[in-house]
Amino acid sequence: MGISVILLVMLGLTVAGYLLGTRQALVVTGHNPHQLHSLPSYHGLYLASWVLLPALIVMAIWLIAEPHVAELRLVANLPDGFSQRSFDEQRLLIGDIQARALGGIVSGALDPAFQAAGEAYAGTLAASRWVMIAVMLALMVGGGLIALRQVRPDMRARNRVEKTASVIMIVASTIAIMTTVGIIFSLLFETGRFFSKVPITEFLFGTQWSPQIALRADQVGSSGAFGAIPLFAGTLLITLIAMCVAVPIGLFSAIYMSEYAGKRVRASAKPVLEILAGVPTVVYGFFAALTVAPFFRNTGESIGLTVSSESALAAGIVMGIMIIPFVSSLSDDVMNAVPQSLRDGAYALGATKAETVRQVILPAALPGIVGSVLLAVSRAVGETMIVVMAAGLAANLTANPLEAVTTVTVQIVTLLVGDQEFDSAKTLAAFALGLTLFFVTLCLNVIALNVVRKYREKYD
Amino acid sequence: MQEVQETMTDSGTVSTPGTAGARAENPAALANEKPVKIKSRDVNVFYGEAHALKHVDLDIRQHEVTSLIGPSGCGKSTYLRCINRMNDVIDGCRVEGSIEMDGEDVYDPKLDVVQLRARVGMVFQKPNPFPKSIYDNIAYGPRIHGIGSTKSEMDEIVQGSLQRAGLWEEVKDRMDTPGTGLSGGQQQRLCIARAIAVNPEVILMDEPCSALDPIATAKIEELIDELRQNFTIVIVTHSMQQAARVSQRTAFFHLGILVETDETEQIFTNPKDQRTQDYITGRFG
Ligand SMILES: Nc1ncnc2c1ncn2[C@@H]1O[C@H](COP(=O)(O)OP(=O)(O)OP(=O)(O)O)[C@@H](O)[C@H]1O
Ligand SMILES: [Mg+2]
Repeated sequence: MGISVILLVMLGLTVAGYLLGTRQALVVTGHNPHQLHSLPSYHGLYLASWVLLPALIVMAIWLIAEPHVAELRLVANLPDGFSQRSFDEQRLLIGDIQARALGGIVSGALDPAFQAAGEAYAGTLAASRWVMIAVMLALMVGGGLIALRQVRPDMRARNRVEKTASVIMIVASTIAIMTTVGIIFSLLFETGRFFSKVPITEFLFGTQWSPQIALRADQVGSSGAFGAIPLFAGTLLITLIAMCVAVPIGLFSAIYMSEYAGKRVRASAKPVLEILAGVPTVVYGFFAALTVAPFFRNTGESIGLTVSSESALAAGIVMGIMIIPFVSSLSDDVMNAVPQSLRDGAYALGATKAETVRQVILPAALPGIVGSVLLAVSRAVGETMIVVMAAGLAANLTANPLEAVTTVTVQIVTLLVGDQEFDSAKTLAAFALGLTLFFVTLCLNVIALNVVRKYREKYD
Repeated sequence: MQEVQETMTDSGTVSTPGTAGARAENPAALANEKPVKIKSRDVNVFYGEAHALKHVDLDIRQHEVTSLIGPSGCGKSTYLRCINRMNDVIDGCRVEGSIEMDGEDVYDPKLDVVQLRARVGMVFQKPNPFPKSIYDNIAYGPRIHGIGSTKSEMDEIVQGSLQRAGLWEEVKDRMDTPGTGLSGGQQQRLCIARAIAVNPEVILMDEPCSALDPIATAKIEELIDELRQNFTIVIVTHSMQQAARVSQRTAFFHLGILVETDETEQIFTNPKDQRTQDYITGRFG
């Protein structure tokens, strides 16, 4: 029986439990619901959760443990010769046996002794599945009966259901947090392995980035260089160009929308601007690579400048366009949050609209605007697609926006694309870069959120 | 009614000389004393289709406090905002009729709103200091109008305004701290100081004490009484006692109509219209 069928049956039983609980609540009071402490539906939910939750928990544990237990039994059943083989061979053999038993693709013919072990393995799995179904059915029926006997007029079903719901939510948020923590730890761990191969000072302060690692010892250019400075400089350059585009345009459009535009213009212009944020970055990427970059190269040629066909300028400008809505939409919101009474105060003193905006609204909204710009920066720093397509892969250490540069995110992509040994310095470098980038954007986000929060407190 | 009369006689701040009896002997003398500063004729205000203010004729006299009273939504704030054209900023608001200040039409298209607002200051119901320092709050108006070009001139203006608003002693050591950090009553006096810093001729106050406690209210009322020497003041208030204490003239609005206007004592002791009578005795509103 497949997992989906099991889940369907569970769902059916849960619904049945809900209905039974609702009915039972009415029955015990002789159809006089006023005597109940909690509404009948709460009794139904209470019963339903007794039916569902224990069985669900057991199933989750079972499905996680099952393959490991089955494999242990398989290894125990294997003939003596097995334990003398090397670790890699053992892994390969077990994989083969498992694949054969479950009807997958196998690398070669199997020894009959192993064949028998494989059949036993398949038997174990099938049996385990049936035992699990039996246990779950027993839990659901048993849980339902226990809860059914508790249905009494004075039973505080509402409070218990509330409690269960809050526990479920705590578990959900714990899962989210644990995932984040897990990602950080795996980054930290792999970065540690990287720094055991490449010194941390070379990574942080080296100006040479060419992550080639020799496959054979006698290969030419066998030593890679892992200085991350060109990457961070490239990221900085592109982010700077992007902010030069996004901040003025975003800020001015925000001022226009919040202070000058009429209600109707605002209602239609704001969503249109926000559509910019919904365009997939790949689309921006080929727009940059196929339209903007050639345009700059041609213009550059005609005025005698050498512009490489993949330039920081093209990528930065397109990225700036992409993050305009982040700046404009958030700044617009903070300017709208400036109380009308401040505007009235300024107008009543005879200030013009422009004076009011410049001297009253912008200073009052400044922390919020700074926050929105910082969020946009962290967005630009993490952006990959546009740079891959428009800025190139060459790790030049340059401040010239007409040359090709590369960024941290792009290098992470290229380090991991293609056939790689997973524990070479080259792949591990990706983790180190990722961790550094994560750290930078985290700091930016924390600062931005704090600035924004401080601003909120001021007017609420 | 009873209560109103009591507060009037008890209160030392009633500035109209004489009692009701004395006034009766010489009714014409007070009425004609002061020249008219603002003259409104047939003023109508519409918010979109809604007719908010209907055919208002009202004279506001120089160096007097005129109070506007009436039930909520009757158009007091609307009338007040007509005088300094703050209605211009409201979408869909239309003003008809004529309002003249010193004989000049306020709604003349050639008139510069910025200059008008330099002559007519406004204080709002909720204190609204800018999130700037106390000093900059006061200096804001003079700066945009180009008054007080040197630092010492500006210092003088700031100190003078704060002194006239009775706030100087309380804030003189903390001029660089934000104006938003003051107490509600101090903030309101800061806003009054901000309004008088540009040396206007008229000050409009829209329920300036409604967010304040009785002590702060008393301070502001005292201040209004002093400011009367140099400014023409129009004040909207929901407190009959306040109107009686601070104003020389009272105008009663009801449903967008100016029902009655007269000397304050006259309105509170001997109203001509039944609606006025009902309102000040608390029968509606
Ligand atoms: N911005 C606006 N848009 C539409 N209608 C408005 C606007 N401001 C006021 N009104 C309407 O005009 C009428 C008069 O309002 P106004 O604010 O002048 O009353 P008020 O006498 O000041 O009342 P309150 O004592 O409650 O402050 C009301 O019916 C109100 O609904
Ligand atoms: Mg009002």
